[in-house]
Amino acid sequence: MKLQKVFARPASLAEISFHFCPGCHHGIVHRLLGEAIDTYGIREKTIGVPGVGCCVFLYDYLDIDVCEAPHGRAPAVATGFKRVLPRNVVFTYQGDGDLGAIGMSEVVHTANRGENITVIFVNNGVYGMTGGQMAPTTLLGQQTTTSAFGRDFHRDGYPIRMTEMLATLEGVAFAARVTLHNAAGVKKARKAVMKAFEMQLNNMGFTFVEFISACPTNWRLSPEEATARIDDEVLPYYPLGIYKERKSPDYL
Amino acid sequence: MSERQMMKGSVALAEGAVAAGCRYYFGYPITPQNDIPEYLSVRLAEVDGVFIQAESEIASINMLLGAAAAGARAMTSSSGPGISLMQEGLSYMAGSELPGLAVNITRIGPGLGGIAPSQGDYFQATRGGGHGDYHVIVLAPNSVQEMYDLTIKAFELADKYRNPALILADAILGQMKEPVLLHDAPQRVPGKEWALKGAPVGLPTKRIKSLYLKDDEMEKHNWHLFRKYSQMREEDTMVEADLDEGMEVLLVSFGSCSRMVQSAVRMARDRGLKVGYIRPISLFPFPGDALREASEKAGKVLTVEMNTGQMWDDVRLNLAPGCSARLLARPGGGIPTPGQILEEAEKMIKAGDEVAKSIC
Ligand SMILES: Cc1ncc(C[n+]2csc(CCOP(=O)(O)OP(=O)(O)O)c2C)c(N)n1
Repeated sequence: MKLQKVFARPASLAEISFHFCPGCHHGIVHRLLGEAIDTYGIREKTIGVPGVGCCVFLYDYLDIDVCEAPHGRAPAVATGFKRVLPRNVVFTYQGDGDLGAIGMSEVVHTANRGENITVIFVNNGVYGMTGGQMAPTTLLGQQTTTSAFGRDFHRDGYPIRMTEMLATLEGVAFAARVTLHNAAGVKKARKAVMKAFEMQLNNMGFTFVEFISACPTNWRLSPEEATARIDDEVLPYYPLGIYKERKSPDYL
Repeated sequence: MSERQMMKGSVALAEGAVAAGCRYYFGYPITPQNDIPEYLSVRLAEVDGVFIQAESEIASINMLLGAAAAGARAMTSSSGPGISLMQEGLSYMAGSELPGLAVNITRIGPGLGGIAPSQGDYFQATRGGGHGDYHVIVLAPNSVQEMYDLTIKAFELADKYRNPALILADAILGQMKEPVLLHDAPQRVPGKEWALKGAPVGLPTKRIKSLYLKDDEMEKHNWHLFRKYSQMREEDTMVEADLDEGMEVLLVSFGSCSRMVQSAVRMARDRGLKVGYIRPISLFPFPGDALREASEKAGKVLTVEMNTGQMWDDVRLNLAPGCSARLLARPGGGIPTPGQILEEAEKMIKAGDEVAKSIC
């Protein structure tokens, strides 16, 4: 019988093990990025711009050119790249604190300019790297290290739905929310990443993929419990789906 | 173009950037520097460049960071409050060793302050301005010609050292018109093998970053940066000096203010007074050696600044031992007149050594 290789590490994903905590979904996002880069054969022209957070070590894991950005500013840095190198593929990779709090202005205006880049947004509902503080995406009632009594909208406001918000902007070509906590979810997530890169390659404009992700360490849950929590608590507030998909470039 | 043309400082600066091969501008409106983006929004279109009005100065400096990392000559411009917002980005650029130009057409601070000319951002410019152990290269023009020449120079130095550079000017220099000689040949942007453009097959991929977490990495990195700053001091300190044999007082001033000092020097010499004049052109690296030598000859030093005394710190750090020093400062948008400067200089000359020493 001839053995056939059906599963391998994407070539653009470096041969080192992730530092991420057990049950964290950052590793899956990295893999999906590697798959997309391999599929389109764009390792030679892809530039990654991670934000500050657990994602900052992207440069250790993806074998592509990578430039660090200050906390929240990755979309502005990516804009600089894309304007100089319009034929390259440029993506940012940002957490919910990075993108939804300190970097809100940059992502909104980059989207609004229809900047032809892809934003990978990892929503784990907390500030992972700094120890699990409340994020703009933290659910009401959720306890974190800075919302010990649970998030209270009187004090902290409501969790922000970034994908819905960005989908309202004319400059946005693609906006989708996907999950990684089950196989079906990963399949759809893979499709969404592929779509976003494909649209960038076709100069369609700003593409955005939000990943609902687990942070078992800071949720104080086991990986299994974290997976269950995504079904029970997270997805009801953050519905999955494609919120916007433009069929042609936006040359009004 | 080899004839002199009358030109506004802001326009000369913008033309300098274009001549230096800068094709990318990112900025946010603020008085008194709006002439620069307004002019470049048209001028860059003529040379197939890119002009983006960013949503903030934070976005501007980070777009500049990205463009610089992609290997382009790129710039931003702003004034006090906007430059404050850029400090994190400048720190990242210095840490990541990225060249680029920021222009500060200074206004009076602190806070919203005022829009009249000021030199109150000297500390912010020369001490690094943001977090960490770093400096930006700071050049301070005092004429419209230098707005053009030093902008080109700033791009060259930024590339030479892979470090951000800053032009520190003010509304006087931005708004005044003087004849300028533009250079014929545009600069060629040097190749940057470290820039990220996507790694060709077979070649290793590259990283641009400022995060170093392993033991000793950061200390090594900071000593590496420090050596660059030392090299700048040795190779690229810029100073203008007009000394006088037997001078009895040395005037020190930079930027627009130095034009008043130059007038005062002429007036003094017309009266037969022996005065010298020294003008740091690079504020970082500061021309400490030149100042030390000149101050040794003069014995008395008068610093003239449009702030409460900031370069004054660098002057006192670099005086020859035993010099007496005095400061003439205008921190509110007012300009020290040549008459005032002359009066102060005369006072210092008249005071005996004994008295003069007690002033400092
Ligand atoms: C200007 C600035 N403020 C704060 C920080 C500290 N900081 C580092 S990571 C981080 C939060 C990261 O959280 P998130 O973006 O949700 O990403 P995650 O780590 O959860 O993946 C913060 C606040 C910083 N580096 N810079």
